[in-house]
Amino acid sequence: MNNLYDIVVIGGGNAALCAAMTAAEDGAKVLILEAAPKAYRGGNSRHTRNFRCMHSGPLGPLIESYSEEEYFADLMKVTDGKTHEGLARMAIRRSEECLPWMESHGVRFQPSLSGTLSLARTNAFFLGGGKGLVNAYYRTAAKLGVDVEYDAKVTHLEVEDGKVVYLDYVQGEQTHRLAPKAVVVASGGFQADMDWLARAWGPAAKNFLIRGTPYNRGVVLADLLEQGVEQVGDPTQCHAVAIDGRAPKFDGGIVTRLDCVPFSIVVNKNAERFYDEGEDIWPKRYAIWGRLVATQPDQVGYVIIDAKSLELFMPSVFPPIKADTIEELAQKMGLPADGLRDTVDTFNAACGDTTGFHPTDLDGVSTSGLTPPKTNWARPITQAPFYGYSLRTGVTFTYLGLKVDDAAQCSMGNLPVRNLWAAGETMAGSILGKGYLAGFGMTIGTVFGRIAGKEAAKYAN
Amino acid sequence: MQTDLIQEARRQAEICNACRYCEGYCSVFPSLHANRAFSDGDITQLANLCHNCRGCYYACQYTAPHEFDLNLPAALAEVRHDSWEELAYPSVVARQFQKNGMAVAIAATLCFAVLFALAKWIGLREGEGFYAVMSHNLMVAIFAPAFLFPLASLVVSLRRYWSTVDGKPVTFNHIKQAFGAVANMRNLAGGHGDGCNFEDEDRFTQARRTAHQLVLYGFLLCFASTSSGTILHYVFDLPAPYGLFSLPKLLGIPGGLMMTFGAIWLFHLKLKADPELGAKAARSGEFGFIALLGFVGFSGLALYGLGATTLMPVILALHLGSVLAFFLLTPYTKMAHGFYRLAALVRDAQRKGA
Ligand SMILES: Cc1cc2nc3c(=O)[nH]c(=O)nc-3n(C[C@H](O)[C@H](O)[C@H](O)COP(=O)(O)OP(=O)(O)OC[C@H]3O[C@@H](n4cnc5c(N)ncnc54)[C@H](O)[C@@H]3O)c2cc1C
Ligand code: SF4
Ligand code: SF4
Repeated sequence: MNNLYDIVVIGGGNAALCAAMTAAEDGAKVLILEAAPKAYRGGNSRHTRNFRCMHSGPLGPLIESYSEEEYFADLMKVTDGKTHEGLARMAIRRSEECLPWMESHGVRFQPSLSGTLSLARTNAFFLGGGKGLVNAYYRTAAKLGVDVEYDAKVTHLEVEDGKVVYLDYVQGEQTHRLAPKAVVVASGGFQADMDWLARAWGPAAKNFLIRGTPYNRGVVLADLLEQGVEQVGDPTQCHAVAIDGRAPKFDGGIVTRLDCVPFSIVVNKNAERFYDEGEDIWPKRYAIWGRLVATQPDQVGYVIIDAKSLELFMPSVFPPIKADTIEELAQKMGLPADGLRDTVDTFNAACGDTTGFHPTDLDGVSTSGLTPPKTNWARPITQAPFYGYSLRTGVTFTYLGLKVDDAAQCSMGNLPVRNLWAAGETMAGSILGKGYLAGFGMTIGTVFGRIAGKEAAKYAN
Repeated sequence: MQTDLIQEARRQAEICNACRYCEGYCSVFPSLHANRAFSDGDITQLANLCHNCRGCYYACQYTAPHEFDLNLPAALAEVRHDSWEELAYPSVVARQFQKNGMAVAIAATLCFAVLFALAKWIGLREGEGFYAVMSHNLMVAIFAPAFLFPLASLVVSLRRYWSTVDGKPVTFNHIKQAFGAVANMRNLAGGHGDGCNFEDEDRFTQARRTAHQLVLYGFLLCFASTSSGTILHYVFDLPAPYGLFSLPKLLGIPGGLMMTFGAIWLFHLKLKADPELGAKAARSGEFGFIALLGFVGFSGLALYGLGATTLMPVILALHLGSVLAFFLLTPYTKMAHGFYRLAALVRDAQRKGA
């Protein structure tokens, strides 16, 4: 058995790297075990674009201020109160010192991206996105003497008497065993394990697309939960959005998002509408559409817009399907033509005065006498050519995870596991019971990654 | 222009437009994000705005083996090189030289030979220093057309470029902005000022930016040196040779050093950089061009250093031969990039102003 390392960090994303760098700066000899090959290193973190950051005055790319109270209130809104207040407030408060720390570890920021102005005050955008961040961290970690093994899948942690005594990982055909003094788990959720998703969600889950890395299969999570390490969260809870149905099964990332729902009608495969497309502005609603689509037959939806709405939303990665008539569009999309014609006609007839139409505000331009109604941006679909996209459920991450305390430490029974810490998505359920606030994932990973690294190094020294 | 190259760049640009993570790296992305659809002219403009800093390759979550297979620096480089060949006047000449370092070397050798032959044939005559080898009038007779013809050719090309990218009437402010971007090579600074990714994968360094500016400013100094010599000769009736503290020397020596050193550095960096992220077919042409540029600088310095020795006539012929080749090839080699780049930056200033 190899005892060369004080600390082994499992995972190669944001949380893992923050933990590894912090521990190395405190003098520990650290090894990162990353399941992915180098080209795909960085897990879901490589797909991110920003993190949400409290600040009492202009800070880096962030304008004005964003207080702890406002941040916390925003969080409570999206989680329906299912939030661990102590841990959430701690993450929020410490997010402010993260920004300069990230800069000093190589991350560079850029002004809010075009099309995302609403986030300019609350979210700091990484230059080059999450992969740029991850690259910078790997460079800094290497300078600090952190070693990295790619293609290294951890399969088992042996927990005995409240302590991890060794861990196994597979690289190529070979299994290796290490006995570090301390371990930090930062290996994300289990969303890429379709069987596990299907167990939690039912067979419908097989039709879900996974927006991020195929390497987050929850192997370490399952292994630890089986041994009685404390669990948090509900396996059916996941963050899911509606994305372009043509997206790849894994790793489609940000570009597969579709922002056209508010200007459309959305039907299922029987050409029936099923939900108010104009309920609220899109950033506040896009997360519920993943679930809405998941409950439709075959877990698929179809967005229909007409020519006048084509330029009202961010461009899509794949061009829309285009047709001169509703019937032709239905046929191209595999929908019943008569059914779609009916649905569109009924919808059009229910539209009223559209002079108040305003694409970026809740404009109250609604249907009357229609179920389900469309309560904003309801303009008749009349102007050829007509365009369509298919929609599928895209899973971002799962919530079931390891329960940690404010020192990021895992526990068993009521006792801490003496040398085991967790950070990032794999423990995010400790803070959020459901719902999600854009940019909070990277905040949790950075804050708890740094805490875990510090605590693990303290223990190992 | 080659539609398959443009189509591939367009495919990638559409993915970038849905992503936008690289917005802050350079001038390409804000320009790209201003469109929803990309005409051939739009793609040509984006390609000529791109400085191949490679930031957007190493930061991209969609590079191979991902099925989206993003490699924007290469896609734009291919279009860019193709546009230089296509827009050159006459374009058949550009097809010979842009991609072919050997052709550049052969052209340079021919120029050497011409100069040697001339020196021998017309031979020694009265006069001092260099003009003992070749009369000033003969030099002018060779170099004036060699300078003016490429200039005329470039004018034709730039007009073609301007209509391709739908350029508008140019104002002083547009030009000021474009020169501003060139003066500090902002587009190789990575947006954050840390430099570009040319040298060592995703590490940001100032190497390429610095080397490029050495060559650029070195070249301008050498050009100023020659111009000052011409003015001294004609206006003040002060023919060469000039002393160490004369304007031509004060400009020419640092200029020559910067050009030579910068070219060696660029050559070295190009050897280190991943060829997959550029226009692969044009590599040898680019090496040939950098070598020629470096040789112009180096032979100029040698001429100064060894000007009083018996080697002088040989070095003079080599130096003037390389200068001749350099001028003649300007519209047909990588040298043309400076002109297109400037035009693209002027066009971008117009877009921003619009
Ligand atoms: C498309 C997309 C966009 C997003 N955008 C944002 C955003 O803008 N802002 C934001 O805050 N959040 C965003 N998120 C959420 C965010 O990605 C996560 O909250 C965050 O990246 C979690 O970081 P992490 O380090 O915990 O996990 P990851 O970054 O997913 O890292 C997990 C790592 O563990 C490795 N691993 C897994 N299993 C094993 C094993 N058995 N052995 C060894 N290694 C293993 C994986 O390969 C991976 O490297 C986004 C998510 C997606 C999918
Ligand atoms: S190069 Fe990649 S990361 Fe950058 S904008 Fe394009 S798709 Fe996004
Ligand atoms: S290579 Fe550099 S200059 Fe070219 S598009 Fe990418 S980031 Fe911009």
